Amino acid sequence: MTTKKVHVDSEKCQGHNRCYAMAPGMFKVDDEGYATPRGDGALADQKAIDLAQRAVDNCPEKAIFITEE
Amino acid sequence: MTMETKPAEAGVKDWKHDYDIFAREYIKDPFPIWDEIREECPMASTERWGGSFMPTRYEDLFDIAKNIQTYSSRDVLVSSVMPAPDQERETPTEEEQELIQQYNVGAPPITSDPPVHTWARKLLLKPFSVTSVAKYEQETRELCNELIDAVIKNGRADGAVDYAQQIPPRVIASMLGIPKEEAATFTEWVRGFLELGLTNPELREQSARSIFEYMIAQVALRKENPGDDLISYLLNEKVDGEPVPEPHVVGTCFLLMVAGIDTTWSSIGSAIWHLAQRPDHRKELIENPELIDNAVEELLRAYSPVTMARYVAEDTEYKGCPMSEGSKVLMNFPAANRDPRVFEHPEEVDLHREKNPHIAFGVGIHRCAGSNLARMEMKVSIQEWLKRIPDYKLEAPEAVTWAGGQVRGPRTMGVVFPS
Repeated sequence: MTTKKVHVDSEKCQGHNRCYAMAPGMFKVDDEGYATPRGDGALADQKAIDLAQRAVDNCPEKAIFITEE
Repeated sequence: MTMETKPAEAGVKDWKHDYDIFAREYIKDPFPIWDEIREECPMASTERWGGSFMPTRYEDLFDIAKNIQTYSSRDVLVSSVMPAPDQERETPTEEEQELIQQYNVGAPPITSDPPVHTWARKLLLKPFSVTSVAKYEQETRELCNELIDAVIKNGRADGAVDYAQQIPPRVIASMLGIPKEEAATFTEWVRGFLELGLTNPELREQSARSIFEYMIAQVALRKENPGDDLISYLLNEKVDGEPVPEPHVVGTCFLLMVAGIDTTWSSIGSAIWHLAQRPDHRKELIENPELIDNAVEELLRAYSPVTMARYVAEDTEYKGCPMSEGSKVLMNFPAANRDPRVFEHPEEVDLHREKNPHIAFGVGIHRCAGSNLARMEMKVSIQEWLKRIPDYKLEAPEAVTWAGGQVRGPRTMGVVFPS
């Protein structure tokens, strides 16, 4: 079975905090607002995948992406 | 009010090649103009104010904002013209001239490019993080309620003057540790600098000087008597082991005042204006309070207030459009946020919109440092207004006046409600 994971490209993230607000619990932000996925970013179920997709769709910097392993 | 933004004397006949951001019809309703430009000639141009270009498509705004080498932030105003030499004006004293020279640092980091931008921005991100601004939420709620207390029995208020305009200057004053009673004075200075001053260079310079002098005095006070405020924080921070240069602290305080006031006030005003006309949206927000965050993002998208400029640092060409060094690019983020290539039915305000990567706060390294504060203020001001005044409407929709130029929002907006 493949696992989907969410990632944040730290070169692109500018700390808009949209993902943090939109998908609570899925991302954390540091003191300066830059986001990283919590844990290893693994998306356990369809609900998590949908939420991650919403973060992708709303990131103004196009910094979030989902991979399949 | 004696100083209104002057409407264009000669009307605009060709928006694609002769746009005018101060024209009456542009200020009142820019959306059809942007739609026309976006579809027919996405990079508009004008010879007014020394020449500038105006991208309107999302993709173009994104690309240009990211190219910081070619599009510098050293000048973010499109019409920053100096007074003519023969114009009669008060000559600054020698002491004042020295002061102006010493503090001629701009408003970092909005007017900085890397490498200064990098550390100057870093300094600001922490005090404007989500958790830092949350500390001001309760007092913002109280402030909103005091403002509503003052008008609620009248059955009428000016949603811009009595409410939206009053909130951001007081919150910023509180963050800087400045008495809130002085907020009205800042508001006048900021309007003089950013709004009315865009077409009145003398007023602009005078207003800038007033803000600078005030901030210089505040910084001196904080040095003697540090407190739990942003000015003291900036004075305490180190860059490469050295304290932040004092003129830099003054410049940053100048920025906080200039950038943090009429922008957010415009957003709050536009939200109140929108909801005045949409009882269905008010009802939804009242019945479904968790919708507020999404609603704030959608209102930011639909009524983005800010259009910053860039300075073309080298001769360049963008998608076949040649631009020479020294011209300006007016970053029309608000028009990008209504680009149908990215947003479905962009003309509709949809509080449930799921795909909304708006760039109301810009994109790239100059992403608005105060965006978390702005969102908090918008959310709280909408929530408190709807709690107390759930049913209201515009007194006379045609009578609403708007500020134009580079920040757009209602400036007078009579609303009526059951008292």
